[in-house]
Amino acid sequence: MLISRRAEFSASHVCRSPQLSEEENVRLYGAGANANGHGHNYVLEVALEGTPDPATGMIYDLKDLKDVMMREVIDPMDHRHLNHEIPPFDKVIPTTENLAIEIWRRLEPQFKDAPARLHSVRLYETEDTFVDYFGK
Amino acid sequence: MATVRLTRNYRFSASHRLNLPELSFEENQRLFGKCNNPYGHGHNYVMAITVEGPVNAATGLVVDPAALDAIVHEEVIAHYDHKYLNKDLPEFATLTVTTENMAANIRDRLRAAWPESFPALAHIRVQETKRNVIELPVIEGVV
Repeated sequence: MLISRRAEFSASHVCRSPQLSEEENVRLYGAGANANGHGHNYVLEVALEGTPDPATGMIYDLKDLKDVMMREVIDPMDHRHLNHEIPPFDKVIPTTENLAIEIWRRLEPQFKDAPARLHSVRLYETEDTFVDYFGK
Repeated sequence: MATVRLTRNYRFSASHRLNLPELSFEENQRLFGKCNNPYGHGHNYVMAITVEGPVNAATGLVVDPAALDAIVHEEVIAHYDHKYLNKDLPEFATLTVTTENMAANIRDRLRAAWPESFPALAHIRVQETKRNVIELPVIEGVV
């Protein structure tokens, strides 16, 4: 069974590859390549997989899940410029794909000894574009 | 290399009518209700296209977004948007225009034009209204 929780953060970023020409960057990333950056209201959905505890009826305490998400992702990233303030995005391009993978890397160890395991990270960059990462 | 799924929403507006020619008018009305009204009716459809593949190490992308948009617009939006699906689309001349059949048709159109260089077409979701949604998995993938 899956249980999921949603949280939001707002951040700015620039998507440009140093390996590409100016023209190629604009073609590939569109307006996202604007050198001075731009921002999004990101929506993060984290799903845990497990079995409800017979005593509590819960897979995982949603308050604890909220605390983990806030501590590991929302607090550090909210109202920040990802490229300038959030490693590894000084070196890694902060596309939605790479951001979802980085969020998984931050969250996954938090559930090492938990009764539930991290199942997926879904990250909406806008209402119409999102990435799912399952740690594979 | 990490494998991700990327989903993008697209929109089109179209009209349709649910009707089976082998049934009587009364039987069609009973089966399809308002959806059988003789002159058709329309919806603002929202279609989610999901691709699955490795993230390119150089670009950080699973797919070139403009290239994905181009193929979806060419194969689906241009074909479906502002049409009466029963009359304007030859594939629905003898096939009932349910959201189920539309999702399968969209899958077949995209598959036929899908470039080899693209990540896998993984999933199609067609929302007729906020209350009616069809989910069509195309591959099992990493889920």
